[in-house]
Amino acid sequence: MRLSPDELIFWQFGFFKINATIVFTWATMLLLIVASKLITRKLSTDLHRTRWQNLLEIIVCGIEKQIADVGLSHPLKYLSFLGTLFLFLATASLCTIFPGYEPPTGSLSTTVALALCVFVAVPMFGIEAHGLGDYLKSYIEPTVIMLPFNIISELSRTLALAVRLFGNMMSGAMIIAILLTITPLIFPIFMTALGLLTGMVQAYIFTILAAVYIAAATRIRQPNSKSDGAL
Amino acid sequence: MLIDWFTVLAQAINFLILVWLMKRFLYRPILHAIDEREKKIAAELADADAKKAEARKERNDFERKNAEFDQQKSELFSQATEDAKAERQRLIEQARQAADSYTTKRQESLRIDARNLDKAFIQRTQQEVFSIARKALIDLAGVSLEERMCETFTDRLRGIDGMAKARLTETLRSSSDPAIVRSAFQLSESQRQKIQQTFSEIIAKEILVRFETAPDVICGIELTINGQKIAWSLADYLSSLEENVDQILNNKQMITPGAESNSKDTHLAESHS
Repeated sequence: MRLSPDELIFWQFGFFKINATIVFTWATMLLLIVASKLITRKLSTDLHRTRWQNLLEIIVCGIEKQIADVGLSHPLKYLSFLGTLFLFLATASLCTIFPGYEPPTGSLSTTVALALCVFVAVPMFGIEAHGLGDYLKSYIEPTVIMLPFNIISELSRTLALAVRLFGNMMSGAMIIAILLTITPLIFPIFMTALGLLTGMVQAYIFTILAAVYIAAATRIRQPNSKSDGAL
Repeated sequence: MLIDWFTVLAQAINFLILVWLMKRFLYRPILHAIDEREKKIAAELADADAKKAEARKERNDFERKNAEFDQQKSELFSQATEDAKAERQRLIEQARQAADSYTTKRQESLRIDARNLDKAFIQRTQQEVFSIARKALIDLAGVSLEERMCETFTDRLRGIDGMAKARLTETLRSSSDPAIVRSAFQLSESQRQKIQQTFSEIIAKEILVRFETAPDVICGIELTINGQKIAWSLADYLSSLEENVDQILNNKQMITPGAESNSKDTHLAESHS
């Protein structure tokens, strides 16, 4: 039994390899891109529009509203990053209803990669908002003594992001796999439904935490507003 | 080992590619479409606002015009009422004047009628008086009266003098036609001779005289020859009297034309008396 789709390797050449994680990621990406392309191919600017366009508009506007609710003053600037994060994670979770599909988020490599992206993106947005000096200064606030703790906080929350998502997604897949061996009927369906819920919640949490981190970084002059998700 | 670093790297790159692709194929077109729609809606709302403002303006204009129209209407109405009152007053005045004029005319007409009646009455009375006088004289004409008339006629013939006598003499002498003596009654032979004799005395010549009886010569005798006429009769006196009375009456009417208008009845009574 595999703990991670990383272990299913289709092709390998030295350091380079194509495993199930990458393949399923590509599949998810393809699905997202093709769907987006198909729907946005004939967008209407009139009052009348297709149901698919309506759906996409609801999703995009919903994400934008969530970002704004977190406290980011220019949600459109962060929409591409945070929105893609959410859509990728949500799609990966939803696709678990297809038999044989293994969510790429069930791989710690993927979650680490996404967490690293957030880890890099947060200071980038912070520096873009306030400049390098001000951003770095935030690490020695309120006192210089806080510098190591701030750095540890940055690292640990990134690790927490990665492990939290991996744990939830992997556990869901694992539970289903175990249940299939014990009670192949009925129960796996409930667990799949639960897994879907968990996956959507995790996608939401991951995205909101990333948004909170970015908000904290861009509101660097107000250290009290800096909050760390404990989920 | 749960973490495969190549996979981490590949997934990070995949994610960044996905971000770019999603931005390219999803967010940008969707947001663009939303913005376009919002712009359109905003334009439509602005247009609606403009139309609303215009409608409000037009409504205000309409209300203002309505108010002006109402005011004009009331002004015109009051003016028309005033005009109608004035016209009514004028018509009433005109009617009163017409009525006054008609009354005056009628009074004048009545006055004229009364005057004409007076005149007719007077004339009739006069005619009656004279006709009674004539009838009385005709009835009274007897032999003695005829004698007396004959004498009076001959006396008048004799009494002619001067130019009249010369002209009469000349006429009697030169005339070939007989002289006509007309009388109201049949002259007796002696009377005829007497008249003939008188002619002879006057012109010293025998002339032919024809005697005729004419009832229209009232109580009198007249001589007619070649258009000349010598006569004596009561009709002359009566005519003279009639002329005098007419003259007196006319003078009276000329003197008192205004005083009689208000007292027609009195005047009539006086005329009767």
